[in-house]
Amino acid sequence: MLREVTLKPLADKSARMKIPRQDMPEQDPLERITNFREVPFGYTEELAMKEATRCLQCKDPQCVAGCPVNINIPWFVRLVAEGKFIEAAWKIRETNLLPAVCGRVCRQEDQCEKFCIRGKKGKAVAIGALERFVADYEREKGDVPIPEIPAWTGKKVAVVGSGPAGLTAAGDLVKRGHRVTIFEALHVPGGVLMYGIPEFRLPKKIVKAEIEYLKRMGVEFEFNAVIGKLFTVDDLFAEGYDAVFIGTGAGLPIFMNIPGENLVGVYSSNEYLTRVNLMRAYRFPEYDTPVLRGRKVIVVGGGNTALDASRTARRLCYEDVTVVYRRSREEMPARREEIKHAEEEGVKFLFLTAPTRYLGDREGRLVRAELVRMELSGPDESGRRRPLPAAGSEFQIDADIVIVAVGNLINPIIPLSSPDIRVNRCGNIIVEPSTEKTSKKGVFAGGDIVRGGATVILAMGDGRRAAYNIHEYLTDNKG
Amino acid sequence: MFEIVEKVRLAHSVALFRLKAPAIASKRKAGQFIMLRLNEYGERIPLTIVDSDPEQGTITLISQEMGKTTSMLGALDKGASILDVVGPLGKPTHVENFGTAVCIGGGIGTAPVYPITAALKNAGNKVLSVIGARTKGLLILEDEMRKVSDELFVTTDDGSYKHHGFVTQILQNLIEEQTKINVVFAIGPLSMMRAVCNLTRQHGLPTIVSLNPIMVDGTGMCGSCRVTVGGKNMFACVDGPEFNGHEVDFDELIRRNRSYFKEEKMAMEELTYHEGPRCYER
Ligand SMILES: Cc1cc2nc3c(=O)[nH]c(=O)nc-3n(C[C@H](O)[C@H](O)[C@H](O)COP(=O)(O)OP(=O)(O)OC[C@H]3O[C@@H](n4cnc5c(N)ncnc54)[C@H](O)[C@@H]3O)c2cc1C
Ligand SMILES: Cc1cc2nc3c(=O)[nH]c(=O)nc-3n(C[C@H](O)[C@H](O)[C@H](O)COP(=O)(O)OP(=O)(O)OC[C@H]3O[C@@H](n4cnc5c(N)ncnc54)[C@H](O)[C@@H]3O)c2cc1C
Ligand code: SF4
Ligand code: FES
Repeated sequence: MLREVTLKPLADKSARMKIPRQDMPEQDPLERITNFREVPFGYTEELAMKEATRCLQCKDPQCVAGCPVNINIPWFVRLVAEGKFIEAAWKIRETNLLPAVCGRVCRQEDQCEKFCIRGKKGKAVAIGALERFVADYEREKGDVPIPEIPAWTGKKVAVVGSGPAGLTAAGDLVKRGHRVTIFEALHVPGGVLMYGIPEFRLPKKIVKAEIEYLKRMGVEFEFNAVIGKLFTVDDLFAEGYDAVFIGTGAGLPIFMNIPGENLVGVYSSNEYLTRVNLMRAYRFPEYDTPVLRGRKVIVVGGGNTALDASRTARRLCYEDVTVVYRRSREEMPARREEIKHAEEEGVKFLFLTAPTRYLGDREGRLVRAELVRMELSGPDESGRRRPLPAAGSEFQIDADIVIVAVGNLINPIIPLSSPDIRVNRCGNIIVEPSTEKTSKKGVFAGGDIVRGGATVILAMGDGRRAAYNIHEYLTDNKG
Repeated sequence: MFEIVEKVRLAHSVALFRLKAPAIASKRKAGQFIMLRLNEYGERIPLTIVDSDPEQGTITLISQEMGKTTSMLGALDKGASILDVVGPLGKPTHVENFGTAVCIGGGIGTAPVYPITAALKNAGNKVLSVIGARTKGLLILEDEMRKVSDELFVTTDDGSYKHHGFVTQILQNLIEEQTKINVVFAIGPLSMMRAVCNLTRQHGLPTIVSLNPIMVDGTGMCGSCRVTVGGKNMFACVDGPEFNGHEVDFDELIRRNRSYFKEEKMAMEELTYHEGPRCYER
């Protein structure tokens, strides 16, 4: 697929070592809290080439091992350094179906960039920003050619859920000549990429473009199709599908079961983000779905979801937004970049603090939250220190919106309707890790439904592995 | 796209729609609902599947014009299409031969109670039904309910038709007459369901209600529809919509359903400002 490229000799190493890491230009914080446009503008061609030149082209590149899908990083970065952006995009597409998405939402600081040799003394190569640049360049130049699709194998595969796991599985399966239909419960594809991650971090037109690409490859979509309700997994087999991949994510919000949690103004992060992102409540009344605006907002949690909710609220509320997290700053699972962006935008943080109850007015609307200070115990089995409430340290603060972002469980619709698919104690589907096979013949699963809340790139890795094994299953299986 | 193949105006502000939705029609059971979205800008709203015809591949919905979305739906005619319809959602009604069942529908609640009544009758129950409305013009499904009931009582709050009073008074009479009742199904405004439950609780009559909290996805993903039942948090879209009425915290649900009172008014004003319910296409 890749056009022949001749690489130029590398520039002098010491000169390359002198180039500092290039930051992406961004929208000014005061400006951006008034809109939902993406925060970083992305590299210009010059900045991208300059950043790419920093790469030392290691013989044994550690970054590649740090990437869950093992993108050939030095290779694509070198192509960028030479201005061969389209070729670089193709190099990435060999292993990553959603580069524009991953370039934006991957935890590069814990993956590829963590292992970059330049990070040892100084700053790692900005691999994520380069990946993003390349994918955007390709999309904006239009004309993304689709790979050759082999003749139909005669096999049909049903993919349930159109999050990153399902999309990747579908893409890899059509590339192998199978017919694929994705069944999606919502009215749009993309899963968390569409309903969870906000526009200012992942513009929806980018997700749509990636999905258009899959459609051009021949993947079919059926929306408004809740598997387990409209059709069961067995119905899909009866309809003539030869294998099923389940990538339905972890979509059941957890509440903390503390008093006042059902007051008007208390949201799960899923509800808040779905109203705003999927239903576009930030453009109410142009769009019909409302969301409460609020004066003072509290977000409970410390992950990406909490940060996304807080930054969304910052753009919608009238006064202030405070993230309340029961551990310390160092233990926040959110990405560093998100924490930095949130702080710049004026989001406040209360660490080592947790809510104990919410108080409402006579009409049942939230007016205040009672919080308690936490103390950290010694490290437990998992090595993390456990936060315990400090007796008598309760205090109250005003709030008319609380967004609970303390995690998700597994939606039980599919397991309930297909009891022969085995699940663990928490409701996650059990799979053979190397093949993504479930306990039901011909059924594979991956992504958050298997792992619990994980990441986009891990879900994609699962989708890819499942596609490979579904292909093996379909071509071995003579029955 | 889901085509409207039939529309009948049942009462002022209440209309029946038959939609082409073959897959849903062949799967749905009594007690289940769909969520619909009229257009790209639309809200997702839940409506009960009142009936279905698997052969013709249609489902029947009955909608009362309450606010923006239902008013826009009410303005659609035969031949128009609805962008998204997803279902069947929620748990089906638990139907068995209980003995004698009383089915109560208040206002638009008669629409969701109708399929349950039919299913109970089918399962061999003796069915006593009570339907009520504010006034005669708002009464719906009287003939349909009569067909699937052993006895039908009709009330209007203003006395413009049949019994003058509330559905609870008929239930009270039945209880006082020592009618043998094994189970009560009650669907209608929250205040009506609360009143029914207060009454049946005193007499130890098992009572099932169908709740109508505000929903977004209808698949258990958001928690907007959470209700307190027996002190526990339940998601009405997946754990319900039917629950043991004696355990439901109605007051909380009434308050939660007023969450967007201001926004709903604003949306409605915006709609009427554009000279009546706008065409669904913009
Ligand atoms: C707010 C938020 C921010 C995040 N930020 C990041 C980040 O910055 N970086 C990162 O790597 N990860 C992030 N994550 C995590 C990441 O989004 C998930 O790990 C990933 O999306 C999981 O992919 P998936 O394909 O398994 O499932 P999902 O993306 O959850 O998609 C599942 C799809 O299946 C559909 N579905 C569910 N049930 C059914 C059914 N019964 N029938 C049919 N369809 C069904 C759903 O509607 C959904 O579209 C974030 C998550 C959230 C919620
Ligand atoms: C399981 C279920 C079954 C239902 N079945 C029927 C039915 O068969 N016929 C019928 O006429 N109505 C039914 N309803 C109620 C119907 O969904 C609401 O009347 C409708 O959503 C109002 O939307 P609106 O935009 O026209 O009005 P709005 O102005 O938005 O609201 C008017 C009223 O409807 C409630 N409401 C608003 N948005 C929603 C929402 N997204 N979900 C639920 N309630 C909402 C509000 O609390 C308010 O009291 C049902 C509700 C549920 C939960
Ligand atoms: S996909 Fe993620 S981990 Fe892999 S190179 Fe890109 S940013 Fe790094
Ligand atoms: S409507 Fe979202 S969980 Fe029930």
